[in-house]
Amino acid sequence: MIMKYIQIKTIQSLALTCLVAIAMSVISGCETDETQTVATFTNLVLDENFDTEGAPNAELWSFDIGTGVDGWGNQELQYYTDRPENVQIQNGVLLITAREESFEGSDYTSARLITKDKFEQQYGRFEARIRLPFGQGIWPAFWMLGADIDENPWPGAGEIDIMEYRGQEPSILVGSIHGPGYNGGDAISKEFTLENDRFDTGFHIFGIEWGPDFINFYVDDVLYNQLTPEDVEEETDGEGVWVFNKPFFILMNLAVGGTFVGSPNEETQFPQTMIVDYVRVYEN
Amino acid sequence: MKNYKNINIRFIVLLSLGIAIISSCERDFSDDVQFATFNNNGDIFTDAPVGLTDEFFDSFDPAGPNPANPEGFGTDDNVAFMGTSSIRIDVPAPDDPDGGFIGGIFLDRGDGRDLTGFDALTFYIKGSTTATVGEVGFGTDFEENKFAVIAQNIRLSTDWRKIVIPIPDPSKLVQERGMFFFSAGTQSTGGFGYTFWIDELRFEKLGNIAQPSPAIFSGQDISIPAVNGIEFLVTGLTQTFNLASGINQTVIAAPAYFDFTSSDNSVAIVNESGEIVVVGAGDTSITAQLANVAASGSLNISSNGVLPTAPLPAESAANVSSIFSNEFTNAVESNLEPTFGGSTTSIQLFPNNGDEVLVYTNNNFTGIVFNNTLDGTSRTTLNIDVYPLDESTAVEVQIRDVGANQVLETNIFTGLPDGDDVDRRFLINGLTPGQWTSVEIPLDGDLVAQRNNLGALILAGGPNFIFDNIYFFTE
Repeated sequence: MIMKYIQIKTIQSLALTCLVAIAMSVISGCETDETQTVATFTNLVLDENFDTEGAPNAELWSFDIGTGVDGWGNQELQYYTDRPENVQIQNGVLLITAREESFEGSDYTSARLITKDKFEQQYGRFEARIRLPFGQGIWPAFWMLGADIDENPWPGAGEIDIMEYRGQEPSILVGSIHGPGYNGGDAISKEFTLENDRFDTGFHIFGIEWGPDFINFYVDDVLYNQLTPEDVEEETDGEGVWVFNKPFFILMNLAVGGTFVGSPNEETQFPQTMIVDYVRVYEN
Repeated sequence: MKNYKNINIRFIVLLSLGIAIISSCERDFSDDVQFATFNNNGDIFTDAPVGLTDEFFDSFDPAGPNPANPEGFGTDDNVAFMGTSSIRIDVPAPDDPDGGFIGGIFLDRGDGRDLTGFDALTFYIKGSTTATVGEVGFGTDFEENKFAVIAQNIRLSTDWRKIVIPIPDPSKLVQERGMFFFSAGTQSTGGFGYTFWIDELRFEKLGNIAQPSPAIFSGQDISIPAVNGIEFLVTGLTQTFNLASGINQTVIAAPAYFDFTSSDNSVAIVNESGEIVVVGAGDTSITAQLANVAASGSLNISSNGVLPTAPLPAESAANVSSIFSNEFTNAVESNLEPTFGGSTTSIQLFPNNGDEVLVYTNNNFTGIVFNNTLDGTSRTTLNIDVYPLDESTAVEVQIRDVGANQVLETNIFTGLPDGDDVDRRFLINGLTPGQWTSVEIPLDGDLVAQRNNLGALILAGGPNFIFDNIYFFTE
């Protein structure tokens, strides 16, 4: 895996950076040299600020309900609902809340929002500003799945995990891709540690810039990983297939327990809330 | 140049004060005034002590009933996590002639340090074996110990391990002399001595200590009845932070970190040390905040108000063998606070305007154990004046004769008298709240034949009541 730690401008000044970048060149998005400018997608096509109180905008968001198959494939412990107790917009932020309660045979409830069939896009900059919850067994995620998943089941559809995080590791972010030959526990992942800070005490921006044959992972103003078909080939000894040249949709959820994070323990405090300030998508 | 500037500022401050006095007109504080701040260096020991007193290690009392061992402390130039040297502590065996445990403090050699810019005490530690160090912390200065913080049961590894002890509220530590505190014995090693090393000891700003969860009364919500004048202490004071490792680290925090509140100051007041005094009738809730975060746990006091004086006994002294009463000379002295294993009882000898009474709270079982047996052959009755603190107060008194061997023998499974012991049990309940009732218990049952070695009154249940004028008499 090629690892890069390239400082980019703060998100707040990205627009300016982008203007400069556009002025300088037509962006192919394929640069891999150390001096690249990464804020290359500037045309805002989705600007979800969660400004309307109540339930999320049904024209953009759907919900996965229930426990899926085998706890959504990960032995997760929560039952997903669309009740306001688990998902609600208040004061301009989206609250996804995991609760400890008996519900439909599960010990926890929470919510999972998806944009399938409502917002799907190939390439672009996808980012969300989120304050994460904490505690053993708490597993929030901001991620994407290939829009052809109904015809082309996972892992063939592909998965991009922009943000995953274990509540018991409050300073560590995980960004991953999954595809044929590299999925589940063998996904191609990289952790980023927030030095002298943590993700549950303030908002942070989690994003990717995704173009033909590259995905850049960043948090706040730090680009911490770039993945390309060459990386997939290296990581899988040529077995893996790059499945990211097609439209994907967005998911946001707060899972409890499961194989990635382990079960909550007696010290895990409930409820736990993932607070989303905005979700934005840019394209060229 | 720097000195000159300082002098200059002082001069200006003095001058401006002078002007203020001379003109004696009202004015705001000068923008030029800067409060003195103290040394803000966080280092305590790197390869040598940093800014500590010449003694470096100030031991607990090596004399006294539980002597600390001052000999096991030093530095080690052969062991270090970083650099060339570490602190070496040899924990003695309990029977060591120099003292059975080791502990003490490191003090800042100056006026104290400004620790407001840090959020934790950190150090690396390793042991010669996987023992547990009883207590480590800071804020103990062998004077007020005002901002003492203690973390308990630090697990040693035989390799270096970083320990993080969060500061409950750094803003309080503007001038702290107590840089480090530890206390170690061999409880975890079955009495075998061991060695541990500490290196890179300092206060740090980690930035990843979060999710404070303070508690009083260990997070319990406790309800307790009371009368005017009874005092309680806020106990079980802790602060818990979630560390970057995901571990919830709890420390014992001194009362000075907390802000205590009584919801009704006409019922009870609480001071900054967490000392509560009941002052009036009614209900109040004692709660606390630490750095503006509400602490879990509370004490809910239901006060009956003024405790009336117990009734004056009508019996003449010649007919009385007294156990506890200001009206009579004791026939026998008693242990009023016996240590019965498993007892939850709190006992307070309360000076009710010169007529002392016994206040029992949260009683499951306790007793009044006579120092010598009492021959009650000529007595017929036991009197107890009872003031119930709850409407439902129900306390069983077990009058125990301990028999010729004069040993209190109780079957640990049944609670019944064992061996040559006998008792008479009497349930006191259904009393009118808010007043004293004189309860007279006849010495009948098994006591008819055996009451020449009366040894104890066992008190079961209640759980909240006040006793006075406890005496045997002859009808």
